[in-house]
Parts: sequence; structure tokens; C-alpha cells
Amino acid sequence: MARVVVNVPASAKRGEVIEIRTLAGHAMETGFRRTQTGELIPRDIITLLVCTYNGVEVFRAELHPAMAANPLISFTTVATESGTLEFKWTGDNGYAATQSASITVV
Amino acid sequence: MSPETRAMQDDEATGPAVFWLLDGEALWKRKEGPAGAACASCHGAGSMKGVAVRYPKIASGRVVNLEQQINVCRTERQKAPPWAYESRELLAVTAYVARESRGMPIRIEWNEATAPFLKAGREAFNRRQGQLNLSCAQCHDDNWGKRLAGSVIPQAHPTGYPIYRLEWEALGSLERRLRNCMVGVRAEPTTYGAQELVELELFLMWRARGMRLETPAVRP
Amino acid sequence: MTARITTRRQFLTLVSGALVAGGAAAQLEPNIQALRAAALEAAIRKITGGKPVRAGKVKLQVPPLVDNGNTVPLSVSVQSPMTAADHVAAIHVLTEKNPQPYVVSAYLGPRAGRASITTRARIADTGKVIAIAQLSDGSFWSDTVAVVVTLSACLEDGLI
Repeated sequence: MARVVVNVPASAKRGEVIEIRTLAGHAMETGFRRTQTGELIPRDIITLLVCTYNGVEVFRAELHPAMAANPLISFTTVATESGTLEFKWTGDNGYAATQSASITVV
Repeated sequence: MSPETRAMQDDEATGPAVFWLLDGEALWKRKEGPAGAACASCHGAGSMKGVAVRYPKIASGRVVNLEQQINVCRTERQKAPPWAYESRELLAVTAYVARESRGMPIRIEWNEATAPFLKAGREAFNRRQGQLNLSCAQCHDDNWGKRLAGSVIPQAHPTGYPIYRLEWEALGSLERRLRNCMVGVRAEPTTYGAQELVELELFLMWRARGMRLETPAVRP
Repeated sequence: MTARITTRRQFLTLVSGALVAGGAAAQLEPNIQALRAAALEAAIRKITGGKPVRAGKVKLQVPPLVDNGNTVPLSVSVQSPMTAADHVAAIHVLTEKNPQPYVVSAYLGPRAGRASITTRARIADTGKVIAIAQLSDGSFWSDTVAVVVTLSACLEDGLI
């Protein structure tokens, strides 16, 4: 089912600073919670988000258990040229998700 | 709720409820059962607009909430097994349907058909319960706006269900929230789907009549 | 969420109407508090390599009284021309009282255009949230906000 959402403007002027919003569907189990019987629930979080713009990394974020569930990360980038922004999330227990978005730069 | 929480609710693209809405949309279109019928096979685009604001409704002498109606469609029309209460699927489709009425005023009327159920719901609202011996009315009618342990007591109008509750870090139904309140006053929480619980939902929606639906809302 | 473990026994007192200031109710056991303060200091030292951190240039926006510690919207912006010669290389967000101090580390650069990130954090307990910016010239700048975190009045106690 649906796991990640990215919000990238479809077009922008060259040199414009655009806002990118990303959201990943993930419980972000901290590793600090306990069950009703006292056992520690193991950590299971997204640990990394990388954004590339036509293959060049423009943003990277390291996530820790203190990130809320369904982590939202918004950041900015300069609209340099038309092309594709690729987003890749990785995390514990082999979690991986990708999404891409096209942008037309005029 | 704070302006920051409100901003999360208003952010439709990346608000925390968005995954349930996307799942709901996918499930709405998914063919189910021996006849391979999807919800969308019978209910055309835009047909759910104005539906959620009239729920719970009276049908065959019983009061029925939206979750139950979705399961009626699943079992009777799609011949598919019903979804469990609070399951991801049921929450997703309920949110998807209710979202179609976002911004519309809640329309529950006190009339001949609804009166007996509303009276029962009102009685439940005013009845003291649990070890703490508190009624809903004591907090939500008599003391709304004041604080209970740092949280502001709301008037308790269910204008945005299913809600993304920050405390749950997930989407949940009005019944879950009501059961949560019952645990809070140390009362035995009523079973999901029981008539008494749906009567209370009906009363709360009637009490909120005219207010605009905000589904999916974000609440603390 | 983890604050629940230390303060659940406070629950009945709170409901009986006694008003308890958020800070006092959520007080951590002194030893745990000391350990977490040490962990925060160690984390900051790891980020800065021991270099001084100056207050300024950074603006951390987080509500002073949160609705719920599970999901606290926060944003960090840093004054910077974001050119190749002068930009923000990284923004780190940490908390004082969480079981581990890091929230997020964002790596930027001149292609960011602006040094600004928004996210949602978990803040377990009333205390400070700190944002540290690492600039391209190797200097470190910070902003700190004191946040009050209260518990939800009625909890499910695991019964969904």
C-alpha cells in the first residue's frame, strides 16, 4: 500500500528556490517502548533520506528515533534545470522506498 | 488544539492522514468478492459527497455508523468478508468516504425516526460511569475550555472522524476515541459496533449539527 | 511516548482536578537526567569536534507548549547567502531530555538555495530543543527553545 509521498512543484523559473515536502509512511518504532509485560520493543526506523537532482545529491537527512511517526521532512533546493528529482529512504530491517518527481525549469 | 496542529490538519498534501486516504482510494477501486465488484463499480465519481455528514443513520430499526455501512456493502453487495473494526482497511475507506464531505455541515436531524436513538444517546452522554463516576457532560458540557492535566477540555464535537490522533500516531475512529474516554474514567469500554455506542455517536453528531466536517482531522 | 512510563502513576492525581505544572509532573529521576545531559553534551561535542558553538544566525521554531509530545512540528532556518563560498553545510536538531539526544541531521549545501528545514519530532519531556548549524567556514551556531510537554489526560493503557 501507499508508503511515500513527495510534493515538488511541476515547474519553476531557473534559479528559483523551490520547497520540497516529503512524507514517508512508517511507524518509527523508537526502541525505547516496552510491551505490557515489560519487554523492550526493538527499534525499527527510517534512518536516511537522500534526494538527488538529475543524479546529483542535493539533500541528505539522517533520521533518529526522535523523529515522529510518518516522518515529514521539508527542505529547499534551487531549480537549476529540467529533469528528475529522485528520493530514496532507507532504514532498519532492510526498509527501502523510492519516489521520483519531474520538474520543468523555464 | 494549537495552531501548529491545525496547520497539520489543513496540509492536505503531506498531512499525517494522507497514507490512509491513499490506501482508501486504492481499496475503493479494488475488485472484491466472487463478482469482482469494487466500491467504485456501484458508486460513481463524486457520489460520496454529502454522505458522511448524514451518518450515523437509521436503517431497519437500528442506528448504523459509516464503518458498519461500509461492511454491509462489503458483505451484502461485494460478498466479501467484513473488515474488522479499527483495521487499516476499514479506517482507510471510511476516511476516504468521509473526506468527500469535508467542509460540508453535519446534518443529523431530531425527528420521529431518530428520536428514540437520540434520547438513548443523550442519556448515555449524561450518565455517570466508571470508577471515577464521571459523565461525558461533566467535562464536555460543564467544563469545556478548562484544563485537565495540561490538555484543554474540548466540547467534544466529532467533526473530523476518523482522526489522526497525535497520541495514537495513527488514524482512528470515533468509537476508539469514545472507548479511550471510557478507559479514562475507568469504565468498562463498550464493544465496538454495539448499539449503545452508535447511539452515543448519533447523539454527538446531532449535538455537532451545522458544524463543518473536517475529516481527516488531526487532534492531540 | 516514553514519558508515559515515568508518569503513569501520576494519572489518577491529575484527573482528580489537582493542577500540576507540566514541568513538576514530568520530572525525571535525577540520575537519568544526569545521564541524558551527559549524552547531549557528548553528542554536541561529536558534531562540533569540541569547537565553540555560538548562539545566533539560527532560528528554531517549535511551539513552547506542545499539544502532544509524539508529534511536534519544528522548523530551523539559518541566515546564510548559501553560495559556494559561504553556506550552511549541516543542521542538527537535538533534545535535552529524550532517551537519546539526536532528532535529525540535515546536510545542505549551496544547491539548497535557503538553509531551512521543517519536520516533526518526538519530544518526551519538558526541556530544551537545540538546533546547531555547521557553516562552510567551519563555525558552529545555535538556537535553543524551551518546550513544555504535557501528557494526554485520558490514555488507552494499551486497550485499543
